[in-house]
Amino acid sequence: MTPVSTRTYLRRRHGRPTAVLGAAVLALGLAACAPGSTGGEEGGTETEASDVETDVAAMGDVTLTVWDQEVRGGQDEQIEELNAAFMEQYPNVTIERDSRSFNDLRQTLRRAITGDAAPDVVQANNGRTDMGQFVQAGLLRPLDGYAEVYGWTERFPESVRALASYTEDGATFGEGHLYGLAQVGEVVGVWYSKSKLDGLGLEIPTTTEEFEAALEAARESGDLPIQFGNLDGWPGIHDFGFVQNQYVSREEIRDLGFGREGASWTSEANVTAAETFTDWVESDYFTEGFNGLGYDPAWQAFADGEGTFLVAGTWLLADLEAAMGEDLGFFLPPVGPSGEQAVTGGTGLPFAITEASENPDVAAAYIDFITSEDAMTAIADAGNLPVVDADPSAVDGAQAEVFQAWETAGEQDALVPYLDYATPDSYDLLTAQVKALGGGSTSSEEFLDALESEYTSFTSENTGG
Amino acid sequence: MADTLSRARAGRRHGGPPGEPGRIAYLYLAPALVVFALFLLFPLLRSVWLSLYEWNGLTVGTWVGLDNYTAVLTDPALRRPFLNALLLIGFFSFVPVVLGLGLAGLMARNPLRGSGFFRTVLFLPQVVALVVVGVAWQDIFAPAGQLNGLLRWVGLDSWTRAWLGDPTFALVTVGVVGTWVGTGLCVVLFLAGLAKVPRELYEAARLDGARPVREFFAVGLPALRGEIAVALTLTVVAALRTFDLVYVMIGSTGQSTRVPSYEVYDRAMLKGEVGTGVTIALLLTAVILVATVLINRLAERAGS
Repeated sequence: MTPVSTRTYLRRRHGRPTAVLGAAVLALGLAACAPGSTGGEEGGTETEASDVETDVAAMGDVTLTVWDQEVRGGQDEQIEELNAAFMEQYPNVTIERDSRSFNDLRQTLRRAITGDAAPDVVQANNGRTDMGQFVQAGLLRPLDGYAEVYGWTERFPESVRALASYTEDGATFGEGHLYGLAQVGEVVGVWYSKSKLDGLGLEIPTTTEEFEAALEAARESGDLPIQFGNLDGWPGIHDFGFVQNQYVSREEIRDLGFGREGASWTSEANVTAAETFTDWVESDYFTEGFNGLGYDPAWQAFADGEGTFLVAGTWLLADLEAAMGEDLGFFLPPVGPSGEQAVTGGTGLPFAITEASENPDVAAAYIDFITSEDAMTAIADAGNLPVVDADPSAVDGAQAEVFQAWETAGEQDALVPYLDYATPDSYDLLTAQVKALGGGSTSSEEFLDALESEYTSFTSENTGG
Repeated sequence: MADTLSRARAGRRHGGPPGEPGRIAYLYLAPALVVFALFLLFPLLRSVWLSLYEWNGLTVGTWVGLDNYTAVLTDPALRRPFLNALLLIGFFSFVPVVLGLGLAGLMARNPLRGSGFFRTVLFLPQVVALVVVGVAWQDIFAPAGQLNGLLRWVGLDSWTRAWLGDPTFALVTVGVVGTWVGTGLCVVLFLAGLAKVPRELYEAARLDGARPVREFFAVGLPALRGEIAVALTLTVVAALRTFDLVYVMIGSTGQSTRVPSYEVYDRAMLKGEVGTGVTIALLLTAVILVATVLINRLAERAGS
């Protein structure tokens, strides 16, 4: 487990003493103090568009503290370059960068943004247990005013902004105020080996029927159809979502994924999706014993030539391309009985401005700078998928196919959220349930009932609905 | 009055029996006491305090009294993790102690050439970081790993499975690793214990006609009472607070492999349920405390 920093936490505040057990607390010498700081108003302080200052150079000497999780090679370099460029453009600004791995950031951010020395800009995980709770606690600022001034509303498609949007009470995800902007995009599609698909005499499958025919052909040729390692649990959410994309309508998946009322896990389309997933398992389309195989060993095996397809996210681009070169290809999930293109995906972690920031205008200018057109070019050069301005003609090989897929997903409004965004417990539930469904210890009926009961109990309790 | 008192005190200090700890002793105790209070007592009390609130780590907590305790004790989702911990005690504690007794008995009786080497090898798992241990065993238990390879090689194809992904076997595999880690510790402890048994006792037993097994139970085992208590304490504690092996080898999936420490981490660090997380941690601490006290009581009683 990653060591947790021991920086300042828990500011005390006077609360209400309770008669009986208060005595016990008194004995501890900590009477009438509740843990935690007052934070801000629910939903954070909004800056009106008319009050936004954009002239950073005129703001005097400012130190901007930024917490990000871009620790990997290309991304790290890209951020460093952008930070240096920002400071060069505005010599009055000093950026203090603190970069941590995703897990480390997730575990420490909670205490850092409630502390006295909270950073100005933080990369916050989109989900309910992170960004949602921060919004509710009034620890992040809504960015709508800035979005108006900097033109983010036009620049970033709605499906992308939705992934960093919450209502003020943090209860409704995907709507309400904008709380952050991300640099990179990601979709979960199909990686494939070009030579293997050629060898089978097949084109890229665009429908479920074609895809299933390709799986069967791959199996008959003696190859593993879909490389899949689900020991970590979360890849199962992606592979099940991939099947669901083909059978269930986008609107329904969005309602389920954002935990909004109006959808059902037990709908006919979801039943067919779950049954298809089981069929594929029983037809040996997935790696044998996938529940015991790790995610990394699985994609590494695919890169080594074991498997015709790999259902995974675009974040593997740099790693897979390094191993497979020209042979690597990528396409969106085939269109199935739902009749419309859907693809699970979203953005990297959004950059948000904390309530505690003393220079929100500078912070907003910084976020605008690192998501500008030039920044997007730097991101593409680093081998990643920029969230906007991804121009397929400017790159080649698998990266061009990834950019194309992202463009198509944007044009067709095909993006659907990760299913585990739905409720605070849905990550645990989905990982366990997909494992059980794939391992054969639960039926597709029990699987869907379990998900439905979590979904309905959450949506009925969640006031934001 | 004050005068008399101070004279009385002074008299006591000078006139007391030699070696009686005076107030000066506290001066010597102070450094340890300060460290203890700062790093153990204070966090413990603070945890108790936090456990009385519903708090997400962000906003101001809400006083809920003992509600967290009621919630934790009645939460059906928490029963499995504690039962899992019991299963792990079997693998981490009882099996290594029994194996350790057997191995130590054999090794003490038949001094092998290079027994120092074997002892070192057996003890090695204790030295390696558990994260490394977990990663290495993950490879062995992988679907295409060494264990399944071995089973196929001997023709037991139907026994192969995705060990770590199988709800029935996943925790057992973690248990097996625990046995592997714990056995070396037990052997080394017991060998040290057996070494202090006077030779004469063995000779006497032999003269009485005891065979090797009888000899071990009559002479060796009673002498090892203290060591067994130590081994049980260490391994039971290790089993109850297991986190790293489960986290590394299996990750966060499924009720069938949840353990109490994982629940603490998940609730307090990831889900923003600090109050319940801390409450589980405190209950786990209490369970561990009771277990160690019980083990030591039992060991003492067996001796009297």
